[in-house]
Amino acid sequence: MNIIDQATVAFSSRSANEGFARAAAACFAAQLDPTLDEVADIKTAVSEAVTNAIVHAYPNQLGRITMRLRLLEGNILEVQIKDTGVGIPDVAQARVPLFTTGNEERSGMGFTIMESFMDKLTVRSRVGQGTTVTMRRRIARRAGAAR
Amino acid sequence: MPIHVEQTAGQVSIQLSGEIDHHGARSMMGQLEDAIAARMPTQLTLDLSGVTFMDSSGIAVLLRTLRQMEQLGGTLRVVRIPPQSRRVLDAAGVGRLVTLE
Ligand SMILES: Nc1ncnc2c1ncn2[C@@H]1O[C@H](COP(=O)(O)OP(=O)(O)OP(=O)(O)O)[C@@H](O)[C@H]1O
Ligand SMILES: [Mg+2]
Repeated sequence: MNIIDQATVAFSSRSANEGFARAAAACFAAQLDPTLDEVADIKTAVSEAVTNAIVHAYPNQLGRITMRLRLLEGNILEVQIKDTGVGIPDVAQARVPLFTTGNEERSGMGFTIMESFMDKLTVRSRVGQGTTVTMRRRIARRAGAAR
Repeated sequence: MPIHVEQTAGQVSIQLSGEIDHHGARSMMGQLEDAIAARMPTQLTLDLSGVTFMDSSGIAVLLRTLRQMEQLGGTLRVVRIPPQSRRVLDAAGVGRLVTLE
């Protein structure tokens, strides 16, 4: 699939950067002329993936998180969030609703929300090496839009 | 202040505002717990009309508040839910546990 545009941001795993990542993804997505609901969906999914990297990937230290945003042919937004943290031993189990290794501040619904808000979710992970979450969402072309 | 409290007899209404993500949830949860412990309501209403963003961290806040109210023998209602918060709560099936209006 052709890549029409790409932007990458890297930030440290501080919780203050959750809002930054959401805003950066929304800004990049703006060129697709999304509806407010579409923007809200993208921000929510990004928030889940970035929060996971902050909370789970680097539990006792700060680490680096990379978010790569791509505009693909066919009005598709791709967001990839990558960490080099602890990794997930069993990705299928981690994706089960309500499964969590977190404390009472977590509900085990992050992956479920990413799945339901985006069209496609891919999770690649290796223990000790890190996790890469890739999500795609097609943005509807609006009648009367320039493109 | 991300929370604003109003009380009439045993009924307490708390308005939450701002972004409820992992970054903001802990301080909001602390304020909520304190407000509930101080007033011990029999009926708590959480008004979400001022919430501009919520993710799964907000689900945990609601479920912990529900547990706290159950321990007091009281009830919880969540009202005036903005569309983005509603989509998150629906995706997680929170409506099976908490009364969402
Ligand atoms: N980037 C990551 N690095 C390491 N482990 C992860 C990562 N992302 C997810 N996990 C693991 O997968 C589990 C499920 O993640 P998910 O986001 O669905 O729920 P949660 O983060 O535990 O709770 P919630 O997202 O509802 O706050 C986590 O508890 C954690 O064990
Ligand atoms: Mg999560």
